[in-house]
Amino acid sequence: MKAQRLVSWIIFAFGAAYFLLPLIGTVEFSLRARRGVYSLDAYRNVLSDPQFRDTLTYSFVLAILTIVLGVLIVAPTAFWVRLKLPALRPVVEFITLMPLVIPPIVIVFGYIRMYNTSSALPLLGSATGSDILLMCGYATLSLPYMYRAIDTGLRAIDVPTLTEAAQSLGAGWITILARVILPNILTAILSGAFLTFAIVIGEYVLAALLNRPAFGPYMVWMGSNKAYEPAALAVVAFAITWMAMGLIQLVSRFSKQTQARR
Amino acid sequence: MAFIELRNLQKSFGQTQVVRDFSLDIAQGEFVSLLGPSGCGKTTVLRMVAGFEPPSGGEIVIDGQDMTGVAANKRRIGMVFQSYALFPNLTVADNVGFGLKVAGVARAEARARIEEMLGLVGLAGFGARYPFQLSGGQQQRVALARAIAPRPRVLLLDEPLSALDAKIRVSLRSEIRAIQRELGITTLFVTHDQEEALSMSDRVVVMSAGRAEQVGPPHEIYNRPATRFVAEFIGSLNILSGKVVDAATGRVDTPAGPVTLGRALTLAAGAPVSLAIRPEALRLDAEGEVAFAVKVADSEFLGSVVRLRAVAPGATPLSVAQFNREGRALPAPGEAATLSVDARDIVVLDG
Ligand SMILES: Nc1ncnc2c1ncn2[C@@H]1O[C@H](COP(=O)(O)OP(=O)(O)OP(=O)(O)O)[C@@H](O)[C@H]1O
Ligand SMILES: [Mg+2]
Repeated sequence: MKAQRLVSWIIFAFGAAYFLLPLIGTVEFSLRARRGVYSLDAYRNVLSDPQFRDTLTYSFVLAILTIVLGVLIVAPTAFWVRLKLPALRPVVEFITLMPLVIPPIVIVFGYIRMYNTSSALPLLGSATGSDILLMCGYATLSLPYMYRAIDTGLRAIDVPTLTEAAQSLGAGWITILARVILPNILTAILSGAFLTFAIVIGEYVLAALLNRPAFGPYMVWMGSNKAYEPAALAVVAFAITWMAMGLIQLVSRFSKQTQARR
Repeated sequence: MAFIELRNLQKSFGQTQVVRDFSLDIAQGEFVSLLGPSGCGKTTVLRMVAGFEPPSGGEIVIDGQDMTGVAANKRRIGMVFQSYALFPNLTVADNVGFGLKVAGVARAEARARIEEMLGLVGLAGFGARYPFQLSGGQQQRVALARAIAPRPRVLLLDEPLSALDAKIRVSLRSEIRAIQRELGITTLFVTHDQEEALSMSDRVVVMSAGRAEQVGPPHEIYNRPATRFVAEFIGSLNILSGKVVDAATGRVDTPAGPVTLGRALTLAAGAPVSLAIRPEALRLDAEGEVAFAVKVADSEFLGSVVRLRAVAPGATPLSVAQFNREGRALPAPGEAATLSVDARDIVVLDG
């Protein structure tokens, strides 16, 4: 019993060290911008860099738009599959897994081939067009997570009966989705949204190859041009991601409480 | 003209036909129950009326309007589900007001209507609560209020009481009936509980394997079952299988002895026939027109009712139910006794 606990602790310590040591190393390094003493200079430099703010804002806005697009695509689809085509569920689930198998580089080359300036739909010819493509790419990358999150949310409610109840009260499909289904899977949507957020903030390949000023390429650019700032930037990015994860935890705990009361 | 006309409704899921040739006319303001064993197609009929399932054949006409191709949300039909199906994210008031909001009713008017509905179902003051803060019975009342708030033309209820415990079930059943009468709303009620169907309905439709076996007022269904299925499904019954001896005078030979019905039978002499007798039609004396000499097997005293199991000649079991009356001596087990029944209380079933 005691030995077993000791073994568990050792494994835990090993795992913690595995994750924490590089992090501690990065934090420690990021604090050494000034010779001889620890300082927050690197952070000051990063946070005062207008490009940092611009790229982070850009990615932030794009993340929000991606989430909206993702929910608009996934929620009605998952709802419809659950309601009318339950036999197709495994197929749809498999399709949503494709982005995990196909590398983003393939997607982006496809985009470049299909939407270049000499194509029928020259989206890449303008900044807005490229932004739209980037958003679509991000929505694709986050599809597996968004679909799973929303489908799990739908499983927790009686979709067919609630839908029929709303129908008998005169509601059409849009009303049913907006006023009955979505509000009842809000926590699931939020967890999908946070995962999407984390993906978009850190993504490099799509943004770099579409040549958009996103946070991912900025991090990489920093890494190859500065000494201490990349470490500080990594810590900031890490903090943002973990805040997203923390929010998922909070939200799901909150939802568990309401379910327990139910 | 009937308010709801169901004409030769058919429904198949793949190869299996679930509803066959189902026809029914329902008058305005009538309360009709669909009663039948599990899987006989009651819910399917209801869902076709509601517009959730398209019929494979036949017609549904409501108020002179053919419902074929009319979407469920355009039919103005209120529905109450066994599982309540309240919207968990909305308060009781918002649940009841859902249909009003969809219909674009002005806010002040909607609020008044919600209050009225909640008052009607006895939940005034519960508007701010959420469904999970209510008991099952209260939730089902909210569901009823929600269904009738937008003034639907028809109310459909699919086993609304079967998830509730016995006591609430009985009280809610008379409440539903009272509300239905007050609003005069045409109602189709699905249940597999015969007591529910018999006590609430203007007319009962007994269903079996997707067909309407018999349609009629409760007393007729109970006292004059048209088919063997209805007779056996509703209440309990003593069955004597025999052979027709003389069709004109209604003489039938049964193992328990000869029976003369005193009315003509449509069967030929020699044809097999079953005679059904309700336990409460059998009397513990020889006053009835048809008498049986029996041996009492056992008797049960149930307060208001006395139950007797007896064996007639040919090892035919007969069960008797009589109201308890003081001073009446009950035959003891093992004793010989005479049971009798009025000939008109004997129901003739084919085969
Ligand atoms: N969507 C469906 N697909 C295939 N078969 C179905 C479907 N819905 C119902 N059935 C079948 O149709 C038959 C009748 O079902 P229905 O739900 O109408 O019965 P019911 O009389 O309401 O029974 P219960 O009292 O158990 O509710 C059942 O055998 C059922 O398996
Ligand atoms: Mg049913």
